[in-house]
Amino acid sequence: MNRLLVCPPDFFGVEYEINPWMRLSNRVDHEQAMRQWHALMQVFEKDVGVALERMTPIAGLPDLVFTANAGVVVGHRAVVSRFRYPQRQREEAYFEHWFRGHAYDIITLEEGLFFEGAGDLLGFPEYWFGGYRQRSDIRAFTVLSEHFHREIIPLELVDPRFYHLDTCFCPLSGGELLYFEAAFDVYGRTAIAERVPDSLRLTVPEVEAVKFACNAVCVGKHVVLPTGCPTTQHWLVARGYETHPVQLDEFMKSGGSAKCLTLALD
Amino acid sequence: MNQHQESVYLQGHIIDSLVLAKVLDLILMMGGTFDLEDVHIGKTREEPSHALIRIRTASKTLLGDILKAIQPHGASVKCEVDCRTASAPADGVLPDEFYATTHLPTQIRLNGRWLDVDRIEMDLAIVVNEEGSAAHALPMGDVRRGDRIVVGREGVRVIPLQRPPERDVFGFMESQVSAERPHGHIIADIAARMRQLRERHRRGQVDSKVLLAGGPAIIHAGGRDALAWLIEEGFVHILFCGNALAAHDMEADLYGTSLGYGLTAGRAVPHGHEHHLRTINRIRAIGSIEAAVASGVIKQGIMAACVRQGIPVVMAGTIRDDGPLPGVITDSVRAQSAMRAAVPGVGLALLVASTLHAVATGNLLPATIPTVCVDVNPSVPTKLADRGSFQAVGLVMDAASFLSELARLLGRPA
Repeated sequence: MNRLLVCPPDFFGVEYEINPWMRLSNRVDHEQAMRQWHALMQVFEKDVGVALERMTPIAGLPDLVFTANAGVVVGHRAVVSRFRYPQRQREEAYFEHWFRGHAYDIITLEEGLFFEGAGDLLGFPEYWFGGYRQRSDIRAFTVLSEHFHREIIPLELVDPRFYHLDTCFCPLSGGELLYFEAAFDVYGRTAIAERVPDSLRLTVPEVEAVKFACNAVCVGKHVVLPTGCPTTQHWLVARGYETHPVQLDEFMKSGGSAKCLTLALD
Repeated sequence: MNQHQESVYLQGHIIDSLVLAKVLDLILMMGGTFDLEDVHIGKTREEPSHALIRIRTASKTLLGDILKAIQPHGASVKCEVDCRTASAPADGVLPDEFYATTHLPTQIRLNGRWLDVDRIEMDLAIVVNEEGSAAHALPMGDVRRGDRIVVGREGVRVIPLQRPPERDVFGFMESQVSAERPHGHIIADIAARMRQLRERHRRGQVDSKVLLAGGPAIIHAGGRDALAWLIEEGFVHILFCGNALAAHDMEADLYGTSLGYGLTAGRAVPHGHEHHLRTINRIRAIGSIEAAVASGVIKQGIMAACVRQGIPVVMAGTIRDDGPLPGVITDSVRAQSAMRAAVPGVGLALLVASTLHAVATGNLLPATIPTVCVDVNPSVPTKLADRGSFQAVGLVMDAASFLSELARLLGRPA
């Protein structure tokens, strides 16, 4: 992963409520949000050493900052998201425009087949996992699996607080997995355990899961994650990862953190 | 048919993710049942799997609830189409590609609605009425030019048998045939059913009749008195037989022999082989079996019991018949129609000691009717099962022992 797509939070704010974290009364401190976002970018560029592609922020689209939901990119192909909530559907055109402008081959899903991009599709090189029920439609994974000739194991998201797969599930470059077990039902937990051996799984404690410990970005041996997750950090360090905690609580007001603010391009 | 069903399609990586297991569990937990009609498991990790699941429920509401619950897991209702029909080109001739029935409950889809096919029977066609509001099974010979006949397989569905609530021998719905299985409990279960059916029949309830199709071995082997008792006591409500059973039954009454053998002495009597011919001739002279019983010429036995109890008897003739007796239908197609007409309302069928009548009757019975086939020769129940009557319980034993034990269990004095 050499490049990440990001979008500066110029127009970021809580302007509607489409997940349990969002409260219109819980106003975003704009200055603080800008500072936190730039600090995150600095970590990516200076400490982790990845290149950043910056989208132009658009007034009236407060969640455009969460580029993980732009779509999913595989090689030169990009699948543009189809958002479940009308509040975010207007972002689709801007994300598509960006992909087209950067010469990606666009794959468009049929109308009504909800799919919220890399927020709900993550995995290891050989196989992926797809989060469904809260936002993405399970049927989208069948279509994507055909396009990319990749196995996609659907996992039902059963806790509304963890509405995207990337809020509770984070595959790491060494084959390890951070996840919050209670966000999945027994079928999902069994499917995960079948694929990832016990020794490679960290079941993140709830106190850190609600700080979005799993909404982490792993690039090689670097893991960028929100602050306040000591157990997770300790586990990562013990496995040879270099951790980069960043204060991102302004973005948690919208139910997003480090991973939500980025989209892997290569 | 108190059953609602819908087929759904599930595809993707549904095996390792346990999505298929979850959908099936949901169906069961909510109170439905399912059949996996088609399952394809991907050969590689990348290749997706798919499954076609038929869901059945006791109520339409429950079916709707289940469909709603499994839809988010990717189950989509299979697109259903109406059945196709074509006009019969001539009397007695079905259109090419006609749908051939099984003896299982069957429905066809017309104008978007599923209709039960009435009078279902194996190896027939399905005819739809002009309004498209009803359908029934129809033998090839009864087709009239221009009849609207179902063709192809789309829009036709067959409903597997439900396990009956009674936990008796019929609950297994399988025709294991063996002379080495104990018979006692099977006969006890049949007796229990017959006692129940007699009660229901007396109260005028539906599907409460007991049909017995029998061969002359019943008389030869000594089962005549037991069967006559069962008829007199109201345990049997329809009799299918041939010329021989009736002839030997009345021979026994007139001469005390069956095919010339003294039934009590157990040996051939002089000129005994003529007895059945003289019996047939006597009845022909009187004009009918009914008249022979009414006039007191025939006093005891199976035919006398049938006449006294007013139970319908269908006698189907064969090419080796002597006489035949008045009332024997010698046109096989007409005989088949007469038997078919007597089947509605039957709740239990006993096929005893006759290959021909057992298989012919088996062919006419829907799979939903509990059926018992009794013969000393295991090939008879086997043949019946091979011809598709899988619901028949096979009993390898002689007719007299079966009928005597059955009558004893039902209260016949020793």
